[in-house]
Amino acid sequence: MYPRQFDYVAPGSLEEAFAALGDDSKVMAGGMSLIPLMKMRLFSPAVIVDIARIPGLATIEDGGDHISIGALVTHGETASSDAVGANASALAAAASLTGDVQVRNRGTTCGALAHADVAADQPAGALACGAVMVAQSASGTREIPASEFFVDSLTSALNADEILTSIRLPKTGAGEGSAYDKLGRRGGHSDYAVAGAAAWVKKSNGSIEAARVALTGVGTKPTLASGVADALVGTDGSDAAVAAATEHALEGVTVLEDLYGSEEYKSHLAKVYVSRAIKQALASI
Amino acid sequence: MATTSALGGSVRRREDPALIQGLGQFVDDVSPVGTTHVAFARSPFAHAKINSIDTSAARAADGVVAVYTHEDVAHLGDLLAQVKVAKGRPLLAHGKVKHVGEAVAMVVAESTYQAKDAADLIDIDYEPLKAVIDLKESAADTSLVHDDLESNVLLAWEAGPWGDEEGIAATKQTIADAKARDDTVSVSVEAVNQRLMPVAIEPRSVVAEWQAGYGRFVIHSSSQIPHALMGAVKTTFGLDATHVQVIAPEVGGGFGVKLNIYNDEILVAFAAKALGRPVKWTETRRESTGSSTHGRGWVGTATITGTKDGEILGYELDAIADMGAYEQNLTVAIPFLGLFVGSGQYKFSTHWKVTCVFTNKMTTDACRGAGRPEAAYYLERAIDAFSREVGVDPVEVRKKNFIEKFDEAVVSPIGFAMDTGDYSTNLDKLVEVSNYEALKAERDAARAEGRYVGIGISSYCEVCGFAPTALSELGFSWSTYGLPAGFYGTGLVRVNPDASVTVITGTGPSGQGHQTAWAQLVSDRLGIPVEKIRVIHGDTGEAPMGIGTFGSRSVAVDGSATYDAAERVAAKAKDIAAHLLEASAEDIELDAEGASVAGSPESSVEWGEIAAAAYLPHRLGESEIEGGLESHVIFDPPNATWPFGSHLAMVEVDPDTGNVDILRYFTVDDCGNQINPMIVAGQVHGGVTHGIGQAMLEEVVYDEDGNLLTGSLLDYPIPTAGDVPFYELNSTVTPTNINSIGAKGIGEAGTIGTAQTIVNAVVDALDPLGVKHIDMPLRPKRVWAAIQE
Repeated sequence: MYPRQFDYVAPGSLEEAFAALGDDSKVMAGGMSLIPLMKMRLFSPAVIVDIARIPGLATIEDGGDHISIGALVTHGETASSDAVGANASALAAAASLTGDVQVRNRGTTCGALAHADVAADQPAGALACGAVMVAQSASGTREIPASEFFVDSLTSALNADEILTSIRLPKTGAGEGSAYDKLGRRGGHSDYAVAGAAAWVKKSNGSIEAARVALTGVGTKPTLASGVADALVGTDGSDAAVAAATEHALEGVTVLEDLYGSEEYKSHLAKVYVSRAIKQALASI
Repeated sequence: MATTSALGGSVRRREDPALIQGLGQFVDDVSPVGTTHVAFARSPFAHAKINSIDTSAARAADGVVAVYTHEDVAHLGDLLAQVKVAKGRPLLAHGKVKHVGEAVAMVVAESTYQAKDAADLIDIDYEPLKAVIDLKESAADTSLVHDDLESNVLLAWEAGPWGDEEGIAATKQTIADAKARDDTVSVSVEAVNQRLMPVAIEPRSVVAEWQAGYGRFVIHSSSQIPHALMGAVKTTFGLDATHVQVIAPEVGGGFGVKLNIYNDEILVAFAAKALGRPVKWTETRRESTGSSTHGRGWVGTATITGTKDGEILGYELDAIADMGAYEQNLTVAIPFLGLFVGSGQYKFSTHWKVTCVFTNKMTTDACRGAGRPEAAYYLERAIDAFSREVGVDPVEVRKKNFIEKFDEAVVSPIGFAMDTGDYSTNLDKLVEVSNYEALKAERDAARAEGRYVGIGISSYCEVCGFAPTALSELGFSWSTYGLPAGFYGTGLVRVNPDASVTVITGTGPSGQGHQTAWAQLVSDRLGIPVEKIRVIHGDTGEAPMGIGTFGSRSVAVDGSATYDAAERVAAKAKDIAAHLLEASAEDIELDAEGASVAGSPESSVEWGEIAAAAYLPHRLGESEIEGGLESHVIFDPPNATWPFGSHLAMVEVDPDTGNVDILRYFTVDDCGNQINPMIVAGQVHGGVTHGIGQAMLEEVVYDEDGNLLTGSLLDYPIPTAGDVPFYELNSTVTPTNINSIGAKGIGEAGTIGTAQTIVNAVVDALDPLGVKHIDMPLRPKRVWAAIQE
């Protein structure tokens, strides 16, 4: 498969990268999603800005009240990081279920988030874990909550002149836990999500004090199921409470049929995985 | 555990070091100086009239050498097809396109990128027409794929037995009588055996050079049948066989997709001759999905009629098979291969009918198993449903209806003589090695806990190594390509003057390990170690004639020919040694070192001296032994071989999601004598994985307008190692008596046995919910939907 002609820029600094970005450019980190689209000629940007050589973007750092995942941190590194595992296990689990070993060794967490694929794993993890996206451009830095980041299919809130240089994840406190689970297109956990869900819950004195639940695979974009979270808060997190909350999973979601499931099936699956993710999150506390 | 012993030893594959290190030479590695590159403009429509084609922008684009459309190649005629009854493929679309991906125009440019860019600039004005997609609608001729034909139906393959009209009528009556009895039941399964895409890891590729000074083509192609391609090229261009050399170097998987002659192969040759420059085309993966052949694609109803105690009195199959838009190499013959095993390994009356129809989709042809997986699927699904209905264990039902063990040919109810078989022993071994009774107890215990665990069983009978050459009357030859050569085997064994050995075979392997297995066969006869034996295959300039590698034929046919040639060379080597040692040839023994007189090891001569004498004939004195030390054997087996086996799967279904986990998978395959058990195991691993792919994941999907919805591997999942369970492999050994090595064939066995084993297991798992059948692939959505019903 052969892409159309494009220019390739490999800047050595963020400043050089900002200078290279324009209306018809695209940032590339691992290239695991971008290159196939280009080779299928479904997407043909004029300029590729490859940020792989920019120093300082490949680390997971402790920021005090949060941890920070840099733009060049791979899925594999996110999945195996103790810091991510301890503070955002839903995202770590989602990263571990992304692609195969080769993809996880090359693709990046920030790249997967910026790509905003409706069936990707990590957007749900980022949503549930309350991630903040750090977008930098020549004109400054914007911090975008994950809940406002995923705009539409393959469309994020990033502007053409911005680079997602890192994401920030709040540290997990006492009584908090998160989890991610999905059904893959090949069955089990294999391949993109037919449907998947991530959940974060905070429990105190036997009741759920706060929750975030996110869906992937079923609609037009990765999305928070806020109705589920609202229904969970104040309950004891019993199976009955989870089941009742799960009924809100599809509020505001347009479920799309595809080769892997009818609207009815995917709607059902979304609830199954919302329930499973919440139960796993509760069990992890 | 690898060994170094010759016949029957798990000798490590000699071809692997090069392949694993990326040092093998594939077609795309061949780039003669001045090579130009091809891209095709392909139809986005399933059925459309071409109003106009404007190639001016493409011709003016950077690097473009030539652009061709139908008019440029019309004089070459349609693409040749070995078995053609109604409509062959135009080399480039002529007036209309008949499927998505059909080649309309061809660009030749200095680079592949330039060719692709220019192909995008070709402006084709299409007028869409109604597409024929559904098989039953096609068979009803409500709309035609080819408006110059009277019907979409090419023919119907009917047997019971084959070729016997009176017999068919009698069989129909027998089954009708059985159905009328009070003590019988009839159980039908209406099932889809879905269209698949045989995915080879190496896409197809062809490079053609025209040697103008010699009036001769040299063509490298990623082909399973290089000799047939040579024939097609020579016939198309009016040349002799001596003026076309086709080489299939390393071929990265075939699975049937390279058992064909393609328009791109002929077009690349045409352009090379027209331009006087080498021309290369390598398909992209995405291109492959719509324009390399597909396989399977049947809908049908299978019915078993039998007594309530499990005795089967009749089997009927009525199916429609999807041929796609045009016939290629063996398109319409593929269901016929299934007909050979229409009654499987059973003794009951069988009436079998498959109607072949055109549709506005890519051509179907061979896909690992080619007709036989379809045949086994319908038969074994129906037997399973019957077992369930009458409440008799599926093992018992099968054993009750097997043909008894036979050492001499037995004619099956469908009308073909099978070589050897011992089906009950094979199934008994499956029961034993799987600990079937314990598995059933485990399943029942799981059921009691509310889990959905199931066990599926299938036996199967295969036909492979198609022979004898008398079958050429049924189309089994490459006669349409100007080569009146039936499906026989060739093997040439030559001891060189330095006592190394060259073996030349007519096969065209794509990963089957012929370098290793053929060397083992020769080493077994000569004693010369495997390391000293080189095997040449896939080159029409080397092998006098060859049929290729497909249909699990290579070992049984060409392997046997090679073994027999080695035996003759061994006899001559003994004659030479006897002369040199002044002994009697009957007393000579051969080993790795050379020859010695039995009982007198001090009286010996090394291979080097034997070989030297062969090529310095004066040393042979007045012995009347001719110079040289080689033999070329043409082996025309008296019959095909008929391997068989039994598989068992244990699965668990998640009722909330429909997800299926394969917990255990057992095989007991019987391919006769095994030359290299490690390679046999590898073939079974691959075959079972392919079968799991069909059962669980794979499906080519066209929508109702004929748009290809599975146009990339994103949408056409094939199983990887991570998607399949650990296989527990076993075998029985029932040698064939139709060749000298007793080997049958194993390349397709795994695939033929697997799909229905998995479906039978899932249906068993969901038996408490009353599920009777689910169509493949058993994606969670389908399993869940069946649970909801």
